[in-house]
Amino acid sequence: MAEFWTDYGFPLLIIIVQSLGLLVSVLLVVAYLLLADRKIWAAVQLRRGPNVVGAFGLLQSFADLAKFVLKEPVIPAGADRIVFLLAPVVTAVLALSAWAVMPIDDGWVVADINVGILYIFAISSLGVYGVIMGGWASNSKYPFLGALRSAAQMVSYEVSIGFVIITVLLCAGSLNLTEIVRAQDTQFGMFGWYWLPLLPMFVIFFVSALAETNRPPFDLPEAESELVAGFMVEYGSTPYMLFMLGEYVAITMMCAMMTVLFLGGWLPPFDVAPLNWVPGVIWFLLKLCFCFFLFARVKAIVPRYRYDQLMRLGWKIFLPTSLFMVVVVAGVLLFFDLAP
Amino acid sequence: MPLPAFQDLAPIYPEIFLALASMALLMIGVFSRDEDNPSVSWIAIAILVATGALIAGQDAGARELFDGAFLADDFGRFMKLLILAGAALAIILSFDYLKTAKILKFEFPVLVLLSTLGMLLLASANNLISLYLALELQSLALYVLASFRRDAVLSSEAGLKYFVLGALSSGMLLYGCSLIYGYTGTVGFEGIAAVLENTDRSVGLVFGLVFVLAGVAFKLSAVPFHMWTPDVYQGAPTPVTAFFASAPKVAAFAMLIRIVQEAFPAIAEDWRQIIIAISVASMVLGAFAAIGQTNIKRLMAYSSIGHVGYAMVGLAAGTPSGVQGVMIYLAIYIVMTLGAFACILAMRRGDSDVEEIAELNGLSRNQPMLAFMLTVLLFSMAGIPPLAGFFAKFYVFLAAIEAELFWLAVIGVVTSVVSAFYYLAIIARMYFQEPAADFEPMTAKVRFVLGLTGIITLFLFIPIQFLVTAAETAAGSLF
Amino acid sequence: MTIAGFFFYLFAFVTVASALMVISARNPVHAVLFLILAFFNAAGLFLLLGAEFIALILVIVYVGAVAVLFLFVVMMLDVDFAELRAGFAKYLPIGGLIGGILLAQLLLVVTAWTVAPQEALKIAEPIPAASLVSNTEAIGRVMYTKYIYFFQLAGMVLLVAMIGAIVLTLRHREGVKRQDVATQVARDPSAAIEVRQVESGKGIG
Repeated sequence: MAEFWTDYGFPLLIIIVQSLGLLVSVLLVVAYLLLADRKIWAAVQLRRGPNVVGAFGLLQSFADLAKFVLKEPVIPAGADRIVFLLAPVVTAVLALSAWAVMPIDDGWVVADINVGILYIFAISSLGVYGVIMGGWASNSKYPFLGALRSAAQMVSYEVSIGFVIITVLLCAGSLNLTEIVRAQDTQFGMFGWYWLPLLPMFVIFFVSALAETNRPPFDLPEAESELVAGFMVEYGSTPYMLFMLGEYVAITMMCAMMTVLFLGGWLPPFDVAPLNWVPGVIWFLLKLCFCFFLFARVKAIVPRYRYDQLMRLGWKIFLPTSLFMVVVVAGVLLFFDLAP
Repeated sequence: MPLPAFQDLAPIYPEIFLALASMALLMIGVFSRDEDNPSVSWIAIAILVATGALIAGQDAGARELFDGAFLADDFGRFMKLLILAGAALAIILSFDYLKTAKILKFEFPVLVLLSTLGMLLLASANNLISLYLALELQSLALYVLASFRRDAVLSSEAGLKYFVLGALSSGMLLYGCSLIYGYTGTVGFEGIAAVLENTDRSVGLVFGLVFVLAGVAFKLSAVPFHMWTPDVYQGAPTPVTAFFASAPKVAAFAMLIRIVQEAFPAIAEDWRQIIIAISVASMVLGAFAAIGQTNIKRLMAYSSIGHVGYAMVGLAAGTPSGVQGVMIYLAIYIVMTLGAFACILAMRRGDSDVEEIAELNGLSRNQPMLAFMLTVLLFSMAGIPPLAGFFAKFYVFLAAIEAELFWLAVIGVVTSVVSAFYYLAIIARMYFQEPAADFEPMTAKVRFVLGLTGIITLFLFIPIQFLVTAAETAAGSLF
Repeated sequence: MTIAGFFFYLFAFVTVASALMVISARNPVHAVLFLILAFFNAAGLFLLLGAEFIALILVIVYVGAVAVLFLFVVMMLDVDFAELRAGFAKYLPIGGLIGGILLAQLLLVVTAWTVAPQEALKIAEPIPAASLVSNTEAIGRVMYTKYIYFFQLAGMVLLVAMIGAIVLTLRHREGVKRQDVATQVARDPSAAIEVRQVESGKGIG
């Protein structure tokens, strides 16, 4: 029995504690990013944004949480009850589980697996199921249309995200996220991070991430002017909250991906005295917040795309460009013998 | 393990050339902005000819590539030249048909080229994986070609039927391959043969072989896997049917011969039984089922089933001269078939095709030349000397008799006589019935194919020895 | 029982159970959802084998892309399963007969099963040793060298599939307005607007 405890029980306990710690911090970060999103949006439109609950509205997200949880969940009569309730859970769980492999500092990762980036790619490509299931199970027209749009959109942009990831992999020579960050640790400081050498891919990744997470200007699945709220029309209270939560966790995840793949993860901009005293996790958070700021700005200032424009951008511009870049990057690495 | 250097790839240069050229052709087609660009077809023919020249220019002897996945030998080269000839003639036949049917698209020659590529690789496939992949490359393009006339119900039906049954047969083939792999521990043909030399055959292996043969028989449209043939032949656009009846048959035979002769020589007794059964069933069905047909494309379908049966007689012998007979048979068969399809393409009134046999009534008075050529081709198919078809049958039956399969040869001769009945019935219609309405005059390209095949059929008896020697050398490389 | 054993039986059981549900579910959408569950657990089984790359590729390709399109199609089509099942009883005898024969053959095969001795050695010692390279690298090492031929051939098959899909479905419909971004961007004020001096009280005629 003692053996069982040391072999399995103790490591399991550590994993549980680590996961809970990560979960709580991710949720806290997301709560404030949500607030930041609304504040930035408001600032662009010369409004104040939420400012009533707590000082500067700092407790707004928690008030929203309490409101959603305390409300009565309504399930439409024609809905497929199980799938209807499963959909938001799937969305939220998948979004959260992607964090398991995300290194927030050197060695600070719950599961340091070899194929970390594939894992995240796989999990984020599954996000579409929450949307499709929710849209279908609602048994209503607008949600269904929203779900169909979203399915096509997410599958389309996943392709170019995949190619972008491949270029990064080519440069880093590993599928392990920690190794990818370490590969960016060069003498050039922040200019050695992949955003500069792979600038076109960074842009493509950013735009595709917007589409993949259904953020404006690609929020066609929930375009309120045509589909009311898309696949979430029939949802309220806790299930709705889970959808929103999943969406924002996924957005944060995409920001973290950008941080790790292109902005050097936990690395300081330059490895000099005051900068490298700051703990890596702070740098990670700062970079993540910077990426999120970009997301929030885009939401506030860019008008929504039309659906055919969205598809055109994905298939006719991003796909060929990223494919071409894969060839170019591989060719350059091979020609100058830079491949790791 | 390093990547093979480009100069080491010399044995596969023709295939690489064909692949690159067909992709380049695709680009030309896409960017020429001219959907119905006939020059794409001409370039495609040029590519096929060039590939043929490359193949013919290769040094004699066998060379392996990619760990034995690809084998370039004399047998493969012979089959490849036949395949290329069939494909090129089928494209020549397609020009005018596609134009009148308003489906003249640049994808047609490109798909023909890609499927030809699959066939060439199939003729060279020397392990189970490359065999399967090449087969899929060939078949997938053929499925699309079958439903190329997508607005016609029959064509869509043909494509769908071919696709569903083809996928099923591929599944069987793959299942058989996995059993063979499981029981021998290797996918290479030499490896399998070596394992079989040293150990007793197991039941599982024989099951695997049976499944593989079933899959191959489907691709060959041999009985009992022939059900799709009449519908697909009838529904597919006529030049596509001509293509189906020629090149893929050669490729499938190349695959069959290679599997049984290279991988399973040790258990020849087992597969010969199966081949004999398939052969007899195909000959009998091909002869009897064709009698009642009124549509000439369906008739050709049954005729091709019968021909597959005859060709298999040679394989059933399991001797070098048997394989030689099969190769001679195939060479002559594709000539006759393409000629017959050229005649079918000539059967046009106004803008529509005529496919009923009754429409041939009295053709000799309206178009004596067409009637004469068709007569020659049909006599040849029936095996009347001194036309080419006689030699085809002569060599396979000879091989069967040498291998002491007397009764198989007898069945072959009897079914030949039965099939001569329906060939002669058509000839009788053309010469002794009151004429039906006149057909449109033949176009130059159809006339070219018909003339070429007709002359070969008529006068092959003069240079027959040349073909026999070539086939003998090629067949020799397998033993 | 080790943890690995426990997870093996868990994944295996769920795979088989959800595969059963795929063919027995009344609602086609539920069937596809169970199919996804089956894929997931198959990926779990691969993970237990240490084949992490294949496991995740299975999830990405089959669950992330193929099954989405399945679901898409099944939702859009009004598949009436009751009608499909009507034919089931008719074909049951012959189908059952063929299935039975196949099963008997398979049993024969399985009972005759032996592992070729040289194969057992290969399983014991993968080349290079699994501890030296990650299995992503191991696949990469042979995929583009030893198996380059198969890789390229598979690429050609996919090319044909793509051409085929386009040939059979693409229709250039007349009268559809298409956006031409280049012309839109190239438009300048002189081509788009006209400034006219309007006399007061007259308007533009």
